[in-house]
Amino acid sequence: MPYTEATLQLLSIDGTLVESDRTAEYRALVDKLSDVQLQNFYREMVVTRRFDIESGNLQRQGQLALWVPSLGQEAAQVGSGFATRNQDTIFPSYREHAVARIRGIDPVAILSLLRGVTNGGWNPNDSKFRLYTLVLATQTLHAVGYAMGTVLDGKSGTGKPDVDEATIVYFGDGASSEGDSNEALVFAQSYQSPIVFFLQNNQYAISVPVSRQSRSPLYLRGEGFGIPSLQIDGNDVLISYAVTKVALDDARAGKGPRFIEAQTYRLGAHTTSDDPTKYREQAEEDLWKERDPISRFEKFLRAKGESDKFFAAVKAEGEDLAANVRARVLALTPPSTDVMFDHVYTDEHPVIAAQKAWLAEYEASYGGSR
Amino acid sequence: MSESLSMAKAINLGLQRAMRENDKVVLMGEDIGTLGGVFRVTEGLKTEFGENRVLDTPLAESGIVGTAIGLAMRGYRPVCEIQFDGFVFPAFDQIMSQLAKQTSRHQGDQSFPIVIRIPYGGHIGAVEHHQESPEAYFAHTAGLRVLSPATPNDGYHMIQQAIQSNDPVIFLEPKARYWPKGDVDINGTPAPVHQSRVVRTGTDVTVVGHGAMVAMLLDAAEVAKGEGISLEVIDLRSLSPVDYDPIIASVEKTGRLVVAQEASGNASVGSEVAATVAERAFYFLQSPVLRVSGFDVPFPPANLEGIFLPDVDRILDAVDRSRGY
Ligand SMILES: Cc1ncc(C[n+]2csc(CCOP(=O)(O)OP(=O)(O)O)c2C)c(N)n1
Ligand SMILES: [Mg+2]
Repeated sequence: MPYTEATLQLLSIDGTLVESDRTAEYRALVDKLSDVQLQNFYREMVVTRRFDIESGNLQRQGQLALWVPSLGQEAAQVGSGFATRNQDTIFPSYREHAVARIRGIDPVAILSLLRGVTNGGWNPNDSKFRLYTLVLATQTLHAVGYAMGTVLDGKSGTGKPDVDEATIVYFGDGASSEGDSNEALVFAQSYQSPIVFFLQNNQYAISVPVSRQSRSPLYLRGEGFGIPSLQIDGNDVLISYAVTKVALDDARAGKGPRFIEAQTYRLGAHTTSDDPTKYREQAEEDLWKERDPISRFEKFLRAKGESDKFFAAVKAEGEDLAANVRARVLALTPPSTDVMFDHVYTDEHPVIAAQKAWLAEYEASYGGSR
Repeated sequence: MSESLSMAKAINLGLQRAMRENDKVVLMGEDIGTLGGVFRVTEGLKTEFGENRVLDTPLAESGIVGTAIGLAMRGYRPVCEIQFDGFVFPAFDQIMSQLAKQTSRHQGDQSFPIVIRIPYGGHIGAVEHHQESPEAYFAHTAGLRVLSPATPNDGYHMIQQAIQSNDPVIFLEPKARYWPKGDVDINGTPAPVHQSRVVRTGTDVTVVGHGAMVAMLLDAAEVAKGEGISLEVIDLRSLSPVDYDPIIASVEKTGRLVVAQEASGNASVGSEVAATVAERAFYFLQSPVLRVSGFDVPFPPANLEGIFLPDVDRILDAVDRSRGY
């Protein structure tokens, strides 16, 4: 069973708050959230899901090479994303669409990656949301190095709320097996880097269940490296927010790295190239649908008295975004061939210059009609 | 007995036959068991041979190759699958510093019959790291044999020959050729595995390639024929060692050579072929050996793959330049 004794939860599946000594500290943080903040949690989860569905449609209609759904993982992402401060830097894997949106990344930039227009998509120095990384776990080391730099820069543990920075890195249950992610834990712990490892355990690495990656709960991986680690119900946006917030605060305060394993589930396929019926049972998917992050939070908000009007407005916002994204994706034009050459090196390079010139001449010999 | 099969299916049958014939053959890789691999090359094998011989491994390429080396030390013949070309690099240390050098380090006391299968190459419109051609790194490294079949028949036979090899083999499967069907001679005797092969005879220019490029060269030869130019097409099949005799013999006849590859040209397999032919057939050459390669840039976003990858036009442009001397 993915949920264990250790799993921290604030919001139960039926949308009611659960009391426990172990979560009292987190409950206090959640009680401080304003109605607007709670509305934003809901809005981001719903709108991202709508975007996700539209992107899947675009892929099926041949407008994207691939789509990587985050369906079902919205609470883990939205809670942790909202827990960051603007000065914190986020290192995503490739499925963190909700976190990207929270950081102001244009969803169309993500789709331009999957449409084959670019291998990047946005400037991470503006957003502090680094580029998606497709080679698993490599970003965990980059994130630790970045956090090591924070310390060198004197921007951690000063006690000044506007100065201290933390880094958060997202990775998956599959990626947790790679050497890089284990080395990242070693470095982070050795240098006491201000970093939070946020592991979304969505139970699968393509077809391989998490039991192949680890026979014991994955949060113990962090613990084994000496890093304070927690396991949370990743489909509970409130615990995801609160636990990540405390972990980031600790990191900024110079208390060293933290590790969070969020138990969640990839409700959709791994990517649009994947067929989950080959490796998992419908009953399992049904079980996780009951644990859906959005419906439980909606129940919670309704019980708090949130109006039908609000829910209708969020739904409409999702529809608007979907239509807007669709129109702009269809309008994306292929990049110029210069893109291939222009930033291979930062400084001038004779081979690049020669090959770029050769291609231009070659294309011109076809009258530019190729 | 000849059957029309895709290369993916042909390699699948080759693996099955090798596993039936030798129970020391074990498969290892990500998603290769229950799922049958992302390209379905190992489909059905876990059902037939069980999870002790078809290992859905943890997600760690260095782990896959490193443990394969340990298994080989106990007499197993592991066949590792790397899911895509761009994901072989986490295993690079185990391949370069360990697998390639173990045999010589053991001075004849131990061999390392490990096959590393890697789907490689472009033309599938995929995201970054899914369309690369990393063959030069492996061909450059002593201790490794490097093969790349271009047809279903070669896929079927060469995977079995690779598994029978007592040396490590990097087995590069051109993913653009996984799906087209071709005749497979199931019980026929295969050609020696390191032999290059003339796949179309011609008289004007010799064109050489491997993997998915072979089909492209055959297309180019067809177009050239319409223009009255006769191309002789050679499929390298083996990238290390390269069998030069058929290439030299062809160049002695045509006097001209174009080498084509998807990989970037700098320090590439094509460069090695060009240099060797220049050395060995200098007096027969009527024009400089030309290379047609991917540009010396990272594989670009899919929208630009058609510009990055050599196509029929670029091959024929080189043919024209070769004939222009
Ligand atoms: C080094 C490397 N090996 C293999 C792959 C192919 N691959 C892409 S995603 C994936 C599964 C990843 O699982 P997990 O880390 O749990 O993340 P999730 O996709 O579930 O979010 C695999 C095997 C890769 N991208 N990088
Ligand atoms: Mg996963």
